[in-house]
Amino acid sequence: MAHPKVKAYTLSTCPYCRAFKMFCAEEGIQLDYTDVDLLQGEERKAVMKEVDRICPDCGYPIIIVGDQVIEGFNEAKLRKVLGL
Amino acid sequence: MSSDPAWEAEIRKYTETLRKFASSTGHKLNPDEKYLRLVIEGLLMNKKRFGYASCPCRVAEGVLELDKDIICPCTYREPDLAEYGRCLCGLYVTDEYISGVKGHTPFPDRRKIQKIPRK
Repeated sequence: MAHPKVKAYTLSTCPYCRAFKMFCAEEGIQLDYTDVDLLQGEERKAVMKEVDRICPDCGYPIIIVGDQVIEGFNEAKLRKVLGL
Repeated sequence: MSSDPAWEAEIRKYTETLRKFASSTGHKLNPDEKYLRLVIEGLLMNKKRFGYASCPCRVAEGVLELDKDIICPCTYREPDLAEYGRCLCGLYVTDEYISGVKGHTPFPDRRKIQKIPRK
């Protein structure tokens, strides 16, 4: 069975984000991510506004699977949501 | 990051600096060496980018005045250590965290909770 698509807001410097990206690569999960810290100007402002809307107090990574928002890289929770 | 010898040397040197600093203040670095390296790489990346080692788990503005509170060790380290057993990026941890008494699950960013205005 194909894994659901996963979207995430990440930071290029964040250890949890990097661990999460490695996890997705190892598990063959199709990941669409945005490294927020690498954005600039209006694009960055717009994305940060979106991040604050989705989860105002969340630390990174902010992971979106369907209509579920997962705060941070919680491997056990992510595995459950993805049916792994 | 690559295994460039200069970069590896920088990581080793910075890790030693952080170990000494942590020891001098009675703090502990994360004992998971693989994870610790990821944190230290993030700190060094920010140090190169901004000239100061801002928290690798937060978005810095690149303006010292606006980022003061998230320069490692950040303003939120002590309350996070007390409540969660680790700081947000997991560089510093407590004995309770190491022994597993405090869980490893993600927690909210105290800076965002305090709603410090962003430019």
